[in-house]
Amino acid sequence: MDAIVAEKITKQFKETVALKEVSFQVRAHELFGFIGPDGAGKTTLFRLIASLMLPNSGSLKVLGLDPVTEFKALRKKLGYMPGRFSLYQDLTVEENLDFYATIFGTTIEENYDLIKDIYSHIEPFKTRPAGKLSGGMKQKLALSCALIHKPELLILDEPTTGVDAVSRKEFWQMLKNLQKQGITVVVSTPYMDEAALCDRVALIQKGSLLSVDTPENIINSFKTELYGLRSVDMYNLLIQLKAYAFCENAHLFGQYIHASFKGELNRNDLLNYLKTKGIEDVEITGIKPGIEDCFMQLMVSNETLETV
Amino acid sequence: MRTIGYIIRKEFIQIFRNRSMLPIIFVMPVIQLIILANAATLDLKRIDMVVVDEDMSQSSRSLVSKFNGSPFYKIEAAFLSVKEAEAAMHKGKAGVILHIPQDFERDLLKENKAKIQLMVDAINGMAAGLINAYSSAIIADFNKEVISDLVTIPIPDGLNKSINTIPYYWYNPQLSYKNFMVPGILGVLITMIGMFLACMNLVREKEIGTIEQINVTPIHKFHFIAGKLIPFWILALAELAFGLAVGKLLFNIPFLGNIPLLFGFAALYLLVILGFGLFISTFADTQQQAMFIAWFIAMVFIMMSGLFTSVENMPDWAQILNKINPIAYFMRVIRMIILKGSGIKDIINEVVILSGYFVVIINLAIWRYKKTT
Repeated sequence: MDAIVAEKITKQFKETVALKEVSFQVRAHELFGFIGPDGAGKTTLFRLIASLMLPNSGSLKVLGLDPVTEFKALRKKLGYMPGRFSLYQDLTVEENLDFYATIFGTTIEENYDLIKDIYSHIEPFKTRPAGKLSGGMKQKLALSCALIHKPELLILDEPTTGVDAVSRKEFWQMLKNLQKQGITVVVSTPYMDEAALCDRVALIQKGSLLSVDTPENIINSFKTELYGLRSVDMYNLLIQLKAYAFCENAHLFGQYIHASFKGELNRNDLLNYLKTKGIEDVEITGIKPGIEDCFMQLMVSNETLETV
Repeated sequence: MRTIGYIIRKEFIQIFRNRSMLPIIFVMPVIQLIILANAATLDLKRIDMVVVDEDMSQSSRSLVSKFNGSPFYKIEAAFLSVKEAEAAMHKGKAGVILHIPQDFERDLLKENKAKIQLMVDAINGMAAGLINAYSSAIIADFNKEVISDLVTIPIPDGLNKSINTIPYYWYNPQLSYKNFMVPGILGVLITMIGMFLACMNLVREKEIGTIEQINVTPIHKFHFIAGKLIPFWILALAELAFGLAVGKLLFNIPFLGNIPLLFGFAALYLLVILGFGLFISTFADTQQQAMFIAWFIAMVFIMMSGLFTSVENMPDWAQILNKINPIAYFMRVIRMIILKGSGIKDIINEVVILSGYFVVIINLAIWRYKKTT
């Protein structure tokens, strides 16, 4: 059985369309990621799944239940971690966990096994008010609270935003472990490097899904040759590349500019072109595309589609 | 039930952990009772008078000394012209001017009547009315003496007898304004806790986002609301007990009524006020908004409730408006029970009305709450 089945869900806030006929399936025991920039509609989608909001149209089944009519049964099986830290800052770590355990009708002891890996990191600080924890520890506490009732499905809205690189890595390891324990995990993130850690990802932009597939397939679907370019004056290089007649796409990624070209790349022609623009120290290498490149490409084609 | 109990426990932990809230809850009644009960008084203790005596006769001096002999009047100065006296009043040095014109004594002897002029600073209308009443009483007294001095023909016994009234003030024999104010202030205190704190507490969950996590739990709305309101219900009743003890110890307020009856009525009243708090909370997303709305409503209700002035003296429309003012009912009943010793039969009307009020407001609040979340 699929954990989530969404068919043509639309959500509108007055004039703003947050989600446009979004359809996808999340399989049971999957680690599923929604990747997209801020404002793409990730949080809205998660709030719909968590039964906090009603869709305008379309059908949604979560764990076989309708979040609109069967929200009571659903909430017992669902763990939700909002993007904003939503625990009581003036209660201690232990009090928060105890509180959520009680309102779910369980105790910390009963499900301690499930949260042990996560909670053990913050247990030394259990008498500290939640508001005084560091960002990474806050997220671990929030995750513990979302797990305390042993949910079948865990949805996490941007859990790693604002968390340092080490904690992020640790956090993803925890999610992998939870998946191994049979929990379906749905996570959203604006960081594309995290996409590769998911079983399947959905690229979302402006309320529409661009692609839903495994990270490998998304990368393999990138047909055009990709090149990395480097120069001393990166900014000028980027501008000149975008002005180059055969250039299809050019984006700055860290130390390199990733660019794709129409047809076969004629290196000499490109170098000559750049020379006339005063850029002589260009280094060109063929590179393997990453998920970010795919996303950029899909985003650009989505935008051109829209303008047509 | 277990859930409600647990939410109540959580709320109490949060209230007691809040370093600014708890002291205020218990310091507030002491400070308010001490300051307000002593400062907000309508008793007139001292009237500053200036005299313009243009007659300078025996009669005029005797009138002035009559005022001087009263414990309320203090003759600040004597002027030769009304202009000077008016200037003194303008500067705020005189509350009342007594102007005795030139031919006062002559007119009194010859024509059996004379005129004097009283000018009262009426910026505070209530005080001006009292000054006028006191002054008239003194002048009437003077009048009587003058008649007996001037009229030498013996008056028949029957005519000389005047009716003498000695008033006895029921329920507050010393006319102590403190006895009137202390129960009123206690009413304001528990209203503040019930309306402001409960309302802010509900809105706070929205403002800091904790409601988001609560909403995905299988918790019933009813349990959640009850769990959040009951602590303030308990807290307000504790505050009432504390305030009564302070009133008794500091002001020795007489307590004639039945204590369980007072607390029973307060418990009912607080349900209405908590309903208001819940209702207001549905209109606000931040504590600032909640504070502003609650303050607006509480301000109107408190001012209209008869805390400082008697409701019976208000215009008809205001009295009609007061029928929907829960604080007015509470002010009346708390004074009735404390000062008059009223029993359940005397307040049954208020009990019925507030019960009805509770049903209406709580349904309204729940309807709004459902609509907004």
